[in-house]
Amino acid sequence: MPRAGLRIVALGYLTLVLLAPLAMVVRRTFAHGLAPVWGSLSGPETVHAFEITMLVAAIAVPLNTVFGVVAGLAIVRRRFPGRGLLNAFVDLPLALSPVVVGLALYLLYGRTGWFGGWLLGRGIHVLFAWPAIVLATVFVSVPFVAREVIPTLRELGDEQEQAARTLGASAWQTFRRITLPSIRWAVVYGVVLTTARCLGEYGAVAIVSGRIVGKTETATLRVDGAYQNLDATGAYSVALVLAAAAVAVLVAMTLARPNEQVA
Amino acid sequence: MSIAIRHVSKRFGTFTAVDDVCLTVETGSLTALLGPSGSGKSTLLRIVAGLEAADSGEVLLAGEDATGLAPQKRDVGFVFQHYAAFKHMTVRDNIGFALAVRKRPKAEIRARVDELIQLVQLQGFAGRYPAQLSGGQRQRMALARALAARPRVLLLDEPFGALDARVRAELRDWLRRLHEEVHVTTVFVTHDQEEAMEVADRVAVLNAGRLEQTGTPAELYDAPESEFVMRFVGGAHRLGDRLVRPCDLTLRRDHDDGCVEVEVERITVLGADAKVDLADGAGGRLVARLRRDELEELDLERGEILWARPTPGTASAA
Repeated sequence: MPRAGLRIVALGYLTLVLLAPLAMVVRRTFAHGLAPVWGSLSGPETVHAFEITMLVAAIAVPLNTVFGVVAGLAIVRRRFPGRGLLNAFVDLPLALSPVVVGLALYLLYGRTGWFGGWLLGRGIHVLFAWPAIVLATVFVSVPFVAREVIPTLRELGDEQEQAARTLGASAWQTFRRITLPSIRWAVVYGVVLTTARCLGEYGAVAIVSGRIVGKTETATLRVDGAYQNLDATGAYSVALVLAAAAVAVLVAMTLARPNEQVA
Repeated sequence: MSIAIRHVSKRFGTFTAVDDVCLTVETGSLTALLGPSGSGKSTLLRIVAGLEAADSGEVLLAGEDATGLAPQKRDVGFVFQHYAAFKHMTVRDNIGFALAVRKRPKAEIRARVDELIQLVQLQGFAGRYPAQLSGGQRQRMALARALAARPRVLLLDEPFGALDARVRAELRDWLRRLHEEVHVTTVFVTHDQEEAMEVADRVAVLNAGRLEQTGTPAELYDAPESEFVMRFVGGAHRLGDRLVRPCDLTLRRDHDDGCVEVEVERITVLGADAKVDLADGAGGRLVARLRRDELEELDLERGEILWARPTPGTASAA
């Protein structure tokens, strides 16, 4: 049975590279029972790290959702000079290492950078403060909504939109009543991926945040910080919460999606 | 509402889709834009709807300049070849769309949609999604949707092109009857000359972006102004230096003035009529269309040499 063989190979691979490490995290987290886990999760530094991560996601996700939909519409529906460039730029964060992004932001907003000196002169701290974390996270999570929306828009075609226009709908009404409902699952999927990317961002944030405990430390930085301080339980429990959030979102999506594709 | 198209041209890159076309469509008429694919008929229709912008020329709707007007302000209904059904909406919401975006009261929308569902015979389908309808039903839904806001012009782009022959014939009939009931100025695009002749009361023939001729179906058939129109409407073949329709060709065994020598290549019986494929000596091919009794009287055989000439008193162009 070649199909059974394929299935075993696929599942075996997933177990090896995905499930085994995750299971390990779960096991290690609860190695000494629930109490130490709760103790480290309710510590003020950890709570603050989750607050920072959520604040950053709350800014970056809506921003990149709007940008992704607008950029997708522009790339698929419009012809303008620079369209190919925009299309390429949307993918740039996927190709670029986050560390490079962090370094670039460091150079721009640092004391001697293009914007840094001017902003500091006006008392605005970007680097080593939450604005830099937001900028870095926004940058690395740009592609996901656009990448989901673009193929869906292409497949959809623009005939329904044209029909709506001839029926008296304005551009906004056409978008609200026709385009958006037709691409809503692509947007939802993009939002989920964007959120996951925002929660998980480490490299760029590690450089621009300054990693000040209780001030500019995000959840992922907290994992690393706790680990470096030989606080294994602290590192594992934060990691587990991040992993659980990702799994919960993915499960919710898989449950929601098939029902919709009938219509 | 009348439509006036004045010196309209449209290019796509180096391809000229519409080339200096002038055409007037009278209020309440049912007009066909007829031409082969690539003749510019769909582009012209889309320019009237505002879905394409003309490079030059102007479009007047009810005597007023509408050249730069957005499609949603033109008060036209448009029906697409592939239905353009709103897939995420029920039949009821599809048909009511034009009224919903105009923010009409719910009760009024309901009443109007019910009326249109009756008109297009989709009773019992109001709660279905387009994916649950047949092609013919989807196109009837699209028609009802286009008529909902009582447009002053109904434009149909190859409306029956994606349907099978039987449904197509039904819908043609139905469009004709609908036009008699609703009397909205209607323009439809087709590449099928039979469809144009059967449904429309006026036909405009387009070729390579140019308007060849406009007239009633009978005028186009009886008095074609160009070789293209003669060939496209009714079909025609070259016989010597003349252009003759298949049904206007007389075959005989004895030589006469104006006759051309032809060889019988194939005889096909098509019910009441028969088709005879002929070859002249110079490499040209032509077709004669005969009644069955004429064919039997002639008693033709494949390979036989005959004399052909246009039946006197019929349309033929030099």
